Amino acid sequence: MKNPLESAWLTVALGVALTAVLYYAVRIAMLGA
Amino acid sequence: MDFGFIQLGIGRWLHIAAGIFWVGLLLYFNFVQTPALAAAGKDGTAAGIARHVAPRALFYFRWAAVVTWLAGAMILGRHFTDAFLFMKPAYYAIGVGAWLGTIMLANVWLVIWPCQKKVLGLVPASDEEKARARRLALIVSRVNMMLAVPMLFFMVASGGIFRTQFFG
Repeated sequence: MKNPLESAWLTVALGVALTAVLYYAVRIAMLGA
Repeated sequence: MDFGFIQLGIGRWLHIAAGIFWVGLLLYFNFVQTPALAAAGKDGTAAGIARHVAPRALFYFRWAAVVTWLAGAMILGRHFTDAFLFMKPAYYAIGVGAWLGTIMLANVWLVIWPCQKKVLGLVPASDEEKARARRLALIVSRVNMMLAVPMLFFMVASGGIFRTQFFG
């Protein structure tokens, strides 16, 4: 199976998903919600 | 001209300018140069890119990364540990951005640049070592591009009116 990191656009999509996860984690840590 | 003007004003300008230089070249590598080298390798025209373009791009890439990080550290100033050690909630967002940027800087200097020196023939390496270095540099460059997305988000979301919008 091809490594998903070999596709530039898929890498950007992974970055967007990571952003969403980190955003909610930081938001919960900061505001509790 | 007081210190705040230099630290928060000029410092932020420099941070953003160098960051555009750095991340712009990161996007150039991932979306332009890497596929171009693959295509050029098939028709035997890759040598010019490898000899004249890649070393220049890598020079500005790795030093723009350093300038970006140093300017960012200067902006944080006495709040450097608040951000990096997540000591105050107000600095959580910039702390995440700062850590992502720091990981990216480490990837540039500790993995991508040493690998590219082998690939470009700046240090001696066997064909097998070059192939391994080329693949590792690609994967880590992709990792940096992935990290650049949340890094940019947290840099933007941690300041001014953007922070209010994202974090209340």
